[in-house]
Amino acid sequence: MSPDQSAEKTPLLRVDKVVKRFGGFCALDGASFHLMPGEVLGLVGPNGSGKTTCINIISGIYPPDAGQVCWLGKRIERLPSHKRVRLGINRTFQVPQPFLALTVRDNVDIAATYGAANGKQTDTDAILASLELDTYRSRAAADLNSSQQKMLDLARALATAPRLLLVDELAAGLPQAELQLVVEHVMGFIAEVTDRVIVLNAGHEIFDGALSEAVRDPQVVSVFLGGSDVC
Amino acid sequence: MRNGLRHLIFVLVPVVAAFAVLPWVYSNHLLLFNFVVFLVLAQGINVIYGFTGYLPFGYVGFFGAGAYGFSLLVLHMHAPPLLALVAGALAALILGIILTPLLRLEGAYFSIASLAASEVVAQIISNPNLTNVTQGPYGIRLSGVYAPRFAYSVAVVILALTLLMVVYLRNSRFGLALQAIRENPVSASMAGVDVVRGRTIAWLLSALIAGLIGAVYAWYISVFYPETVFDLGMSILAIVFALFGGTATIVGPISGVAILYGIYNGIGIATPQYFQLIYGTLIMALVSFLPNGVLPLLKRWGINVP
Repeated sequence: MSPDQSAEKTPLLRVDKVVKRFGGFCALDGASFHLMPGEVLGLVGPNGSGKTTCINIISGIYPPDAGQVCWLGKRIERLPSHKRVRLGINRTFQVPQPFLALTVRDNVDIAATYGAANGKQTDTDAILASLELDTYRSRAAADLNSSQQKMLDLARALATAPRLLLVDELAAGLPQAELQLVVEHVMGFIAEVTDRVIVLNAGHEIFDGALSEAVRDPQVVSVFLGGSDVC
Repeated sequence: MRNGLRHLIFVLVPVVAAFAVLPWVYSNHLLLFNFVVFLVLAQGINVIYGFTGYLPFGYVGFFGAGAYGFSLLVLHMHAPPLLALVAGALAALILGIILTPLLRLEGAYFSIASLAASEVVAQIISNPNLTNVTQGPYGIRLSGVYAPRFAYSVAVVILALTLLMVVYLRNSRFGLALQAIRENPVSASMAGVDVVRGRTIAWLLSALIAGLIGAVYAWYISVFYPETVFDLGMSILAIVFALFGGTATIVGPISGVAILYGIYNGIGIATPQYFQLIYGTLIMALVSFLPNGVLPLLKRWGINVP
């Protein structure tokens, strides 16, 4: 996407100079990026570069220490998570977080009941079937293996009919949502599904563009492979 | 909701009917009353611990607040018992609202903080300098409103209402949302559940339940001391009864009371110190090895516990 094209349309999600510190460690140090309508954006970077922290800030797990998060033109960085869910933002977790004691069906039904964006009705049976969880619907989530639990996380997110889906290392075929922010280590997968990537290092973005260009960017190469200072 | 109807017909109605009829065939009315009290308290623990995952060791604080709310209105305003009952419930509710920030704590920290809070209330009420207001350590005498039969009937009504509440939680979306909070608060919020609101409602409901039954307790026995209604032993018993049978079910706490309180009254009254030891150990064992209680083991044989 060329710069003048993005100037015409307004971004649906805008992350602006977000700072997040954990004690003395600065996980995000003024990270800024945006998502355009219909876009699948990849978020890549070495371990500890702040990818998951980005997702946690956007989904409201914790507030940023500074900076803004705007969704559809409104600031949301102080909204509690469940309200963001109802505005159409949802996510998966790197480590699956199902409701272990509840049935697979109940796991998804809760989200369809409480989280459906703008009162949309979602077909939980269809979601379970599409993720091959329908045969387990009456079993406790604790009985699933970890990749099935990851699918269950995804099913719960999809049951809220999100417009923006934040995907944290799902390592599987991407689900249907209008906008996606994808964190992934498997670069082949990133190249396949994303329109554009943001490369994070030490809490702020160092590259914004197509992955094919990113691998030729000397700063990106030095961050991933090490080497002499190129800044 | 068909399950809910079954739960009403096969659990709530028989239990309430039994306690409505038993006074005519069994002469130890105080024991029957105590059974009702513990059934209600165990279900109150069920609401906050079974569904939401917070284990309040200081649960008895709400019971005591209810008892004193009732008594103070009778003593100072000469209120009729049913009106004083409302005051007891309100006292527990207000204490619950004041203690709501405790829900920010988790696990053992919450349990211990709630215990401390209950002790603080007990110490304030038994302060000799407040004798004009609360009768301080000298206790309450309510001979003017003494009416054990009426009080017992009201206790059975409260039991019915409490069971109705638990049947609702067991079969409703809201009960499911509370269980989601218990299982994983972060995921619950990503499912669109308002975690703070849900757990606050459960907390205040359980406070209300204990406050109501505490008020009726004061009415029924009509002579008591602060340490009677703020007795940590009551928390412990209510918790062990709820845990033993199985929380987040309807019949779990009921069977816990029937079995453990039955044994306690059969052989424990003479040597209460051993029972405190045994039940204390039982709580630790249950929390560590059978957090869902004994009844859910039946699930392994395909029996679904209501």
